[in-house]
Amino acid sequence: MGGIPHDHYEPNSRGEKWLHSRLPIVGLMYDTLMIPTPKNLNWMWIFGIVLVFCLVMQIITGVLLVMHYTPHVDMAFASVEHIMRNVNGGWAIRYIHQNGASLFFIAVYLHIFRGLYYGSYKAPREVTWIIGMLIYVLMMGTAFMGYVLPWGQMSFWGATVITGLFGAIPFIGESIQTWLLGGPAVDNATLNRFLSLHYLLPFLILGLVIVHIWAFHTTGNNNPTGVEVRRTSKKEAEADTLPFWPYFVIKDLFALAVILVIFFAIVGFMPNYLGHPDNYIEANPLATPAHIVPEWYFLPFYAILRAFDNEVWVVIAANFLTGGIVDAAFFGVVAMFGAIVVMALAPWLDTSSVRSGRYRPMFKWWFWIFVVNFIVLTWVGARPAEGIYPYISLIGAAYWFAYFLVILPLLGVIEKPLPQPDTIEDDFNSHKADNTGTPGSGTAAAPTPAE
Amino acid sequence: MFRKLAISATTALALSTGGAIAAGGAGDITNVPFSFQGPFGTFDQDQLQRGLQVYTEVCAGCHGLQYVPLRSLADEGGVGWTEEEVLAYIDQNFIEVYDEDLQDWRPAIPNDNFPANDGVGAPDLSLMAKARTGFSGPRGTAIYPLLYGLGGPEYIYSLLTHYTGEEVEQFGTILYENTTMSGGLISMAPPLWEGAVEYADGTVATESQMAEDVSAFLMWAAEPHMMARKQMGFVAVIILGIFSVLLYLTNKRLWAPVKARAKKATQPAE
Repeated sequence: MGGIPHDHYEPNSRGEKWLHSRLPIVGLMYDTLMIPTPKNLNWMWIFGIVLVFCLVMQIITGVLLVMHYTPHVDMAFASVEHIMRNVNGGWAIRYIHQNGASLFFIAVYLHIFRGLYYGSYKAPREVTWIIGMLIYVLMMGTAFMGYVLPWGQMSFWGATVITGLFGAIPFIGESIQTWLLGGPAVDNATLNRFLSLHYLLPFLILGLVIVHIWAFHTTGNNNPTGVEVRRTSKKEAEADTLPFWPYFVIKDLFALAVILVIFFAIVGFMPNYLGHPDNYIEANPLATPAHIVPEWYFLPFYAILRAFDNEVWVVIAANFLTGGIVDAAFFGVVAMFGAIVVMALAPWLDTSSVRSGRYRPMFKWWFWIFVVNFIVLTWVGARPAEGIYPYISLIGAAYWFAYFLVILPLLGVIEKPLPQPDTIEDDFNSHKADNTGTPGSGTAAAPTPAE
Repeated sequence: MFRKLAISATTALALSTGGAIAAGGAGDITNVPFSFQGPFGTFDQDQLQRGLQVYTEVCAGCHGLQYVPLRSLADEGGVGWTEEEVLAYIDQNFIEVYDEDLQDWRPAIPNDNFPANDGVGAPDLSLMAKARTGFSGPRGTAIYPLLYGLGGPEYIYSLLTHYTGEEVEQFGTILYENTTMSGGLISMAPPLWEGAVEYADGTVATESQMAEDVSAFLMWAAEPHMMARKQMGFVAVIILGIFSVLLYLTNKRLWAPVKARAKKATQPAE
């Protein structure tokens, strides 16, 4: 795969040959599992497996939950309590599903930041990146609709606020909102369609995950140096790579096990830490919560949404230039979705020919500011929109767009990259040499595994 | 032992479009060292039984517990009654439920839930210990809840004990000043007084004792499987921990020859 020369599956027995000539499924599985993988991958490359695990875990627990859940405004909240109290192990399944969403998003953010730092989005991996962004958007939709299903106060009011965003679109907004909700307000029709879509979208995600994997199996993995695997001969390719099984499967499973220790500690000892207490109050259209906040994983984008209020000059300018059609609400919605769009366009906005941030002295700084900015936006998204917080949101939102639209294009022109290693083999060998405390003990195992 | 943690109330009306205000930020919260806190904490069965008594004799007058099945009083890791004791409880307290089929009220059986009670508009208490938090912040960083727990039962305890004694009349209704309640005013009159219940186990029924007991009981009511949950947490963490160590060693062994080769390649040939 990826034009990297390697051994292919050879059917040996008569049975294998019989099947292989009719359906080469074993060969497909073999080639997928044995893909030559750059041997210098670091621990940031473990999140693919974590994410696949999350998706499967969420689908399995979700299928179990829906067996006991009732999608009706009068019964949804009670049916969740029924799951929590009366269904055998229901509390465990529900808490795993609920916190599983958080694990899913932590992993996807780390996965995306990995891609941004090591330039995994650059040619020839743009399609992998775009599909990844589609998965991410679908994940957000799925998580949002899933959060509505328990029919608590935050479910209801979160749904009201988020679907209200569509109402901010000029002229057609209100019709779209009504069409999405199935009525003039969040009600039974909304709950029913959200359950239907919450059940459907994960399977679309599963399909896209397969395409995502297919795409990077075609181009080959990126790696921390950004240097391509040598494809000139099988010997050289083998010097740069190791088969995915067993080297990376075991490494990734080790990382997954460590992550699951933390995950189950959270599920077991503080399952409601990441949730909102108001969601243990049944939805009440007549009582607005004091402070409507989305789940933590939406907060950066929620902060961007709220950053553009009537006092921001670009909003005033846009309002004036369009004769009042673009108001602050619509501007905020465009900014929020635009934040994801500019990220998806990163492959074409980044002009640097060097992939890995490791060899880009200026990029490094801007990248880490971007990460800190993301954390600040997450924090400010949960703060009330008053005092200094709107200004922090605005600076954060401005940096987000500046990073993709100004910094990435300019850096490629003005930055002088550091020398890159010639091959992945060189990089791997030099790292292993640095790691050894006692040179000469050539047969001893290195102190850290698979770094 | 009791530590006071003054937490500033954050009652911003972000995005609110009028109407009543539900579940705001918490005011003055007393941190109570409940027996069930932390990964090793367990419910104190005697305390839950005392708390149930306070609920039955005081709270149930206005509040309901509509999501809690009566039979769960006999569940493990909770109040820990026998099935006979549950039947006796139903009988002694004349607990009745409305039966849709009979279209009439009938005596409850253990499979029924506690009755709902919204006669005077008091909120249901089934999930109150999870629907309120005592600890948040500082400044939105969620560090206090990590250190002290989410503080649902602490909130209930504080609400019950933080009446100032002042009364205010608003729109013809008497409101009572309470430093825990968001906004500082609550329509519930101070429900507890010294000796409001007589504990069977001889515990002195001080206001603070009753508040603590009923808060613990409501935590159980909101999270009846907490003991099983923590047990699952330990089993999962230990098994996955062992699994991690095994995978670490497997991985180290697997990569050892690869790394040895890499190290050799960088050393000058002898």
